[in-house]
Amino acid sequence: MFELLGIPPQALFGQLLLGLINGAFYAILSLGLAIIFGLLNIINFAHGAQYMLGALASWVLLNYFGINYWWALLLAPIVVGILGVILERLLISRLYHLDHLYGLLLTFGLALIIQGLARNEYGISGLPYTIPSQLSGGQNLGFMFLPNYRGWVVVASLVVCLTTWFVIEKTRLGAYLRAATENPTLVGAFGINVPRMITLTYGFGIALAAFAGVLAAPIYSVNPNMGADLIIVVFAVVVIGGMGSILGSIVTGFGLGVIEGLTRVFYPEGSSVVIFVIMAIVLLVKPAGLFGRTA
Amino acid sequence: MKKTGFLIASLAATLFASTAFADVAVKLGVLNDRSGVYSDLAGEGSVVAAQMAVEDYKAADKGITVEIISADHQNKPDIASNIARQWYDQDGVDVILDVPTSSAALAVAEITREKNKVFMNSGGGTSDLTGKACSPNTIHWTYDSWQLAHGTASAIVANGGKSWFFVTADYAFGQAMERDASEVVKEGGGEVLGSVRHPFPGTDFSSYLLQAQSSGAQVVAFANAGGDTVNSVKQASEFGLAQSGQQLAGLLVFVNDVHSLGLQTAQGLMLTESFYWDLNDETRAWSARFEEKMKKKPSMVQAGVYASVLHYLKAVEALGDKDPTKVLAKMKEMPTDDILFGKGMIRADGRKIHQSYLFKVKKPEESKGEWDLYDLVSTIPAEQSFRPLDQGGCSLVK
Amino acid sequence: MTALTETNGATMVVERGNGSMPRYQIAIFLALLALSLAAPFFLYPVFLMKVMCFALFACALNLLLGFGGLLSFGHAAFFGSAAYVSAHAAKVWGLTPEVAIILGTLAAVVLGFVIGLLAIRRQGIYFAMVTLAFAQMVYFAALQAPFTGGEDGIQNVPRGDLFGAISMSSDLSLYFVVLVITFGGLLAIYRIIHSPFGQVLKAIRENEPRAISLGYRVNSYKLAVFILSAGFAGLAGATKAIVFQLASLTDVYWSMSGEVVLMVLLGGMGTVFGPLVGAAVIVTMQNYLASFGAWVTIIQGCIFVVSVMLFREGIVGVIAKLIRRPL
Repeated sequence: MFELLGIPPQALFGQLLLGLINGAFYAILSLGLAIIFGLLNIINFAHGAQYMLGALASWVLLNYFGINYWWALLLAPIVVGILGVILERLLISRLYHLDHLYGLLLTFGLALIIQGLARNEYGISGLPYTIPSQLSGGQNLGFMFLPNYRGWVVVASLVVCLTTWFVIEKTRLGAYLRAATENPTLVGAFGINVPRMITLTYGFGIALAAFAGVLAAPIYSVNPNMGADLIIVVFAVVVIGGMGSILGSIVTGFGLGVIEGLTRVFYPEGSSVVIFVIMAIVLLVKPAGLFGRTA
Repeated sequence: MKKTGFLIASLAATLFASTAFADVAVKLGVLNDRSGVYSDLAGEGSVVAAQMAVEDYKAADKGITVEIISADHQNKPDIASNIARQWYDQDGVDVILDVPTSSAALAVAEITREKNKVFMNSGGGTSDLTGKACSPNTIHWTYDSWQLAHGTASAIVANGGKSWFFVTADYAFGQAMERDASEVVKEGGGEVLGSVRHPFPGTDFSSYLLQAQSSGAQVVAFANAGGDTVNSVKQASEFGLAQSGQQLAGLLVFVNDVHSLGLQTAQGLMLTESFYWDLNDETRAWSARFEEKMKKKPSMVQAGVYASVLHYLKAVEALGDKDPTKVLAKMKEMPTDDILFGKGMIRADGRKIHQSYLFKVKKPEESKGEWDLYDLVSTIPAEQSFRPLDQGGCSLVK
Repeated sequence: MTALTETNGATMVVERGNGSMPRYQIAIFLALLALSLAAPFFLYPVFLMKVMCFALFACALNLLLGFGGLLSFGHAAFFGSAAYVSAHAAKVWGLTPEVAIILGTLAAVVLGFVIGLLAIRRQGIYFAMVTLAFAQMVYFAALQAPFTGGEDGIQNVPRGDLFGAISMSSDLSLYFVVLVITFGGLLAIYRIIHSPFGQVLKAIRENEPRAISLGYRVNSYKLAVFILSAGFAGLAGATKAIVFQLASLTDVYWSMSGEVVLMVLLGGMGTVFGPLVGAAVIVTMQNYLASFGAWVTIIQGCIFVVSVMLFREGIVGVIAKLIRRPL
């Protein structure tokens, strides 16, 4: 059995790395939520369902169209992102003048519909999706056997997260976006089509979720409920990080993944609640979240 | 009746015959998962299996009118108990069949006892159904957690797999399986190097698998079920547990799980089942008929529904009556015999006794078809397959 | 800012005084009572009891959401933990049903205090997320705590004898007990809404900064209404555990929280009778569509979307608008 402190450092490294991989998913998802929230002021409850759709889309692309993983990585987010754009145009955009809670309720309903439809169509037992051949196998790092695919997940998500951060914080497009977050009317007055920007932003946030879904497909089973429980954890991540900064949500995502990973070693029974416990503590000490601005 | 007779035709025949000389009318309720994780291994297939039993038994010719209804309990004990209550109170159901998911099965068992009806469980796994939660109204047909854990563990220990590591779902059912299997391992002279409890349900098992890997155990056993098992086996293959020489053992794995995992991922996994479609000519013939209707091979749960309905109808015919107390007594008194499970019996605690089989999942290159999944490793005789009568703590056993 | 501005149209007409119940509302209450007294002789009593438990649960949430303006997405935590406590009390400690229900309710109140204290630190959607996350924590606790029976739940809970004397084993006698509890709960909630306390709550909902500037200790009010709401949700859950003789994970799962929000939304937030209607519709739907599996989820999702897009006042809210009277 494992002793509390009797863990050899190698094993600890291994677990830290695994935590980082897990955190990669939290980071992409909470980033998507943060971007959507920033501009639309909507907590996208359907984020978990859209993450699932990404995974499902890659499965469908492979099995019905013979499109491989790498193309799916590009196509699935686009397809799901377009779906997001349609949803935003048809439904969500009609709620902006109302209390934000209606956005939450609407996306909750959408999540139920998407998950229910997927369950009807594809069952719930999980669809197999194999790791692309280029990434099968693994590296023996000395302290652990790291499957190549897991390594790829960390790299890919870091690249995506940092690119997104760069675009938003350092480019002109990002500047428009940030300005529209602060004062949409003024930005509109400068001749920028704010509603279109909002729509595209929602589509992009959804595409991020779908991208995470494609990344997850080969390692987790593709099933209609894969995002349902995950989204609640990501909500907790978001509350902990606060919605203040893009970088904040990335850092919190990875950080909490690592903390959860460590809990799995020292106290596995508690690993599912540790994030919620941290959330309670953060709420006590810093209600606005670690990186949050007070409203 | 032709073997491939249409369902509707047979029902019509049933109805037609019933108007002629129906002595007894029975209503069977198939209560199982029709939308969730167990919908493949139970689901509509169990209803089809029950209908096949009624057809094959030619119940209508023998003066028994059978009506079969079904519902989805979504694997939740509260929904299961609601439906069971309503079926008994309102809809005149005599027998409830299948009921996968232990928690739902236990709930239905209680209500069946309260209403004094008949509950023939096929899909539920917990050995408590014939142990401390046993009931004179419950017959546990197909398998139980004790059987699977013992079957798999004792065979692997006997083959030299002496050091074990458990990856266990952290809830009562997972812990019970781990406990049962650990006992066998220790009795067989093996040792348990460690175990890790993962939250239920889980998605990411890498951390636990890493612990299993670094424990150096010869055998890594998964004491979990459904989607958790599928995920952990999948990830074990990713982390190369089998390549590094560890034997994987599933304490609760069904043929549908292996089918959905694919042989590439599941190869080498050892597991126990009570039924496999490819056992002999009769099981193959029956399974072919089943496949015609369901487009997939039957699971042991569906086979169990078929066999239990046959046995029930035999008892009703023998008595010319459907009084639950009498029928239950008759079913326990008559030896069981059917093409799927062979000869067997039902014990006082409600446990149906038959032999079970230890399988090893084939390598992809050895498989000759989509459903050619298992190699038979050994057959466990009926008397060793299930928990001895006196060890379950059932109050019906004096 | 937390106000659900859209419902105001319906609730603006709400009574101005805090006096007694208007006559037509008394009439509705009496009609409901008469209906409930007759119903078990025509419909399946267990089904009716389920409707009543959920009606009470929905009213409890409505107290918080409709009148406090706080959307809790974690009310299953109170419903479920009360169910567990009362089931445990009745089964393991062998207490009589009324004591078990009281204990369950108290447990929900205590839990409501703890979660409320933390949750009211955030507002709006954050509040919803925080309650959801806490409820998930309670769910995991229920999954792993030794006394909850894991995924089996606590089964076979005895219905027992009321006050140790009257047997509850027949559905009908239990039905009338549940009826008393539900109506008692409803009337209590009605009183709270129409008390000075309730008026302050509405003020906070409409304009929190103004309420603060008027000298109200807003957070104490929010906490108080949160605890009350948790308590009534607990009362519903505890009763449900006795009725179905079962406390299970379904009771604490987040989909339960979502369902009760749906009931309130569909029936009409901030109306007195809306949650009753919403609960009756949803429970009936679940009952008759049970065999369709995932379709129940899909239909519930569609109801959510339709309610939010077109029907924000809810069924009763629309009726109230038509007859120009608060319901």
